[in-house]
Amino acid sequence: MLAYVGRRLLSLAVTLAIASAIVFTVMEILPGDPAEVMLGTNARPDTLAALRAQYGLDRPAPERYLAWAGGLLQGDMGLSYTYSVPVTQLVAERMWVSLPLALIALTLTTLIAIPVGALAAAKRNSATDVGVMTATQVGIAVPNFWFAMLLVLVFAITLRWLPAGGFPGWKAGAWPALKALVLPAVALALPQASILARVMRSSLLDTLGEDYVRTARAKGLTRAQTVRRHALRNALIPVLTIMGLQFSFLLAGTIIIENVFFLPGLGRLVFQAITQRDLIVVKSVVMLLVASVVVVNFLVEVGYAAVDPRLRRRV
Amino acid sequence: MTHPADIAPRVPRPFVARALAHPSFLLGGAIALVVAAMALLSFVWTPHEAGAIEIARKLRPPSTEHWFGTDQFGRDVLSMIMRGAVTSMAVSFVAVGIGVGLGVPLGLLAAARRGVLGEAVMRANDFVFAFPALIIAIMLRDVFGPGAVNAMVAIGIFNVPVFARLAYGAALPLWTREFVMAARVAGKGGALITLEHILPNMLNLLIVQATVQLSLGILAEAALSYVGLGVQPPQPSWGRMLNEAQTLMALAPRLALIPGTAIVLTVLGLNLLGDGLRDLLDPRLARER
Repeated sequence: MLAYVGRRLLSLAVTLAIASAIVFTVMEILPGDPAEVMLGTNARPDTLAALRAQYGLDRPAPERYLAWAGGLLQGDMGLSYTYSVPVTQLVAERMWVSLPLALIALTLTTLIAIPVGALAAAKRNSATDVGVMTATQVGIAVPNFWFAMLLVLVFAITLRWLPAGGFPGWKAGAWPALKALVLPAVALALPQASILARVMRSSLLDTLGEDYVRTARAKGLTRAQTVRRHALRNALIPVLTIMGLQFSFLLAGTIIIENVFFLPGLGRLVFQAITQRDLIVVKSVVMLLVASVVVVNFLVEVGYAAVDPRLRRRV
Repeated sequence: MTHPADIAPRVPRPFVARALAHPSFLLGGAIALVVAAMALLSFVWTPHEAGAIEIARKLRPPSTEHWFGTDQFGRDVLSMIMRGAVTSMAVSFVAVGIGVGLGVPLGLLAAARRGVLGEAVMRANDFVFAFPALIIAIMLRDVFGPGAVNAMVAIGIFNVPVFARLAYGAALPLWTREFVMAARVAGKGGALITLEHILPNMLNLLIVQATVQLSLGILAEAALSYVGLGVQPPQPSWGRMLNEAQTLMALAPRLALIPGTAIVLTVLGLNLLGDGLRDLLDPRLARER
C-alpha cells in the first residue's frame, strides 16, 4: 500500500508541475502589460520600468516561473497588481465563502442522490423508479445558473424567505451567512444530485445481480436486509469515483453560481481579476482550482485502493 | 399449445422499425429536429429582425405580433431565441468536432502502439480532466478574445480526453479479435488495420458519445455566455439572454423563463436521443431499465 501511495504521490507531483507550467505559459502569452494596466497608458517610461522592477516583471520568463511556482509551494502567491495586497490574503478571505458553499452543495448532493438512487434501484421498474428516472433526466438538462435564477424568483422575490444575493459575512453571525448560502447551494446540488442518483441506481442494480447477494437471500435475509447489509456498501464504490470526477464540475459551478448571487467568493475574485487584468490573481486562483481537482482525485484513488487491494497493482 | 413461430429464432427487426417503436429516441429526435429546423429557418426568416433594438416597444408582453414579447431593449424574444439556437448548435458542433478530430486519433494511436507512447497519450488525457471548460475559457479569454471561438476552443479542448478515452477503451479489446489477427496475418500494418477494422467497429459508440457531448456543449456554451466568456453582443445567445434577464427577474420573469426552457428542452432532447441511439445501435450497451 505504501509503495502504491508513493508512486501515486510522485505522479501527483509531476501532474501539478506540468499544470503550473501550462497555466504560467498561457498567462504569459496573453497580450497586455500589467504595469501599463496599473499606471494607465499615459505613464512615463521610467515609472513603468520602476514598477516592472518592483513586481519582478523585467526578469526572464523561466526565472519568473520558478519564483512563482516556488512561492506557491511556500503558500506565497505573490502581490496583487490592483489591490497591492498578497494574493494569498485575497484568496484566504474569499475561501470562506467558496469553500463552505462547495461543501454544503456536496453534502446536499450526497444526501439527496444516494437515498433516491438506492430507492429507485430497490423498487426497480415501479412508479417510484420511473418518476426518479424522469426527474433526474430533467435535472441533468437544467443549467445550474438558470435553476438558481428560478430559485431566486420563487424564494427571494415572491416568497421573500431568503436573500436574493449578497453575503453578510460570517461576522454577522452564522445564521444570516448560512441563509445567504442556502439558495446557491441548492442550485449547485440538484443538477449534480441528478447525475449521482442515476449512477447510484445503476451501481446498486449491478451489485444486486452479484452472487453474494443471491447467497444472502438464500440464507434467509429479506430483500431490504440484503440491500442494507450487503449491496449498498459495495454499490458506493463507483459512486465515490464519480463524486471525485464531479468535484471539478462543482468548482466550475461554484464560480458561476457566485456570479448569480453576487457572493464574494473565489469565482467573483477571478472574474474581477480578469477584467482588471490582475493576471497574478487569475494565474494563482486558476492554479489553486486545478490543484484542488487533482488532489481530490488523488485522494479518491488512494481511498479506493485502500478499500480494494486489487487496484494497487495498477498505476 | 406452442405455435411453431414462437420457437423459431427471432429475426431482429430492421433498424427503422425498432427506432419508430423507441419512445425516447422518437421524443429526443423530434425535439432535436425542431431546434435544428428553428436554427436553419432563422437564417432566412425570423418574425422580426433578430437583435434589432427599438426602445419604444420595450418589455411588451407576449402578443400576436411578438409571440414571446420583447425585452428591455425592445428586441423580439422569439427571433432572439431562434438565432440563439444557431449559436448554441454552432459552438457545440465545432466543440464536438475538435474533440472527435483530436481525441479519436489520439485514442486510436494509444491503443495501436500501447507501450510508452500509449501510456503518455492517456496520461496527458487524464491531465486535461483537471481543467474544466470554464477554467480553459478563463485562461484563453485574451488569446482569442471573448467570443464564440473562445467558447468553441475551450469546450473543444475539454472534449478531447473524453473521445480519446472512449476510442482507446473501445479499440483495445478490438485489437485482440480474430478479424484483426487475420488482417495482421494478411500483412496489413497498424495504420491500415486501425482505419479498416478498428474505427468502423466503434462508430456507433462515437455517435452516441457525440450526442451526449453535444448536449453538454450546449450547457457549457450557455454558462460561458452567461458569465461573459462566450458569444458577445449583438450576436444572440441563450446564455447571455439569461444574463440580461437577471436584473429584470421581478419585473419580467418571462425573459428568464423562455431562454432557460429553450436550453432545458434542447439538452433534454439530445440526451433522450443519445439514450435512444445507445439502445438501438448497440443492444449490449442498453442500460438497465
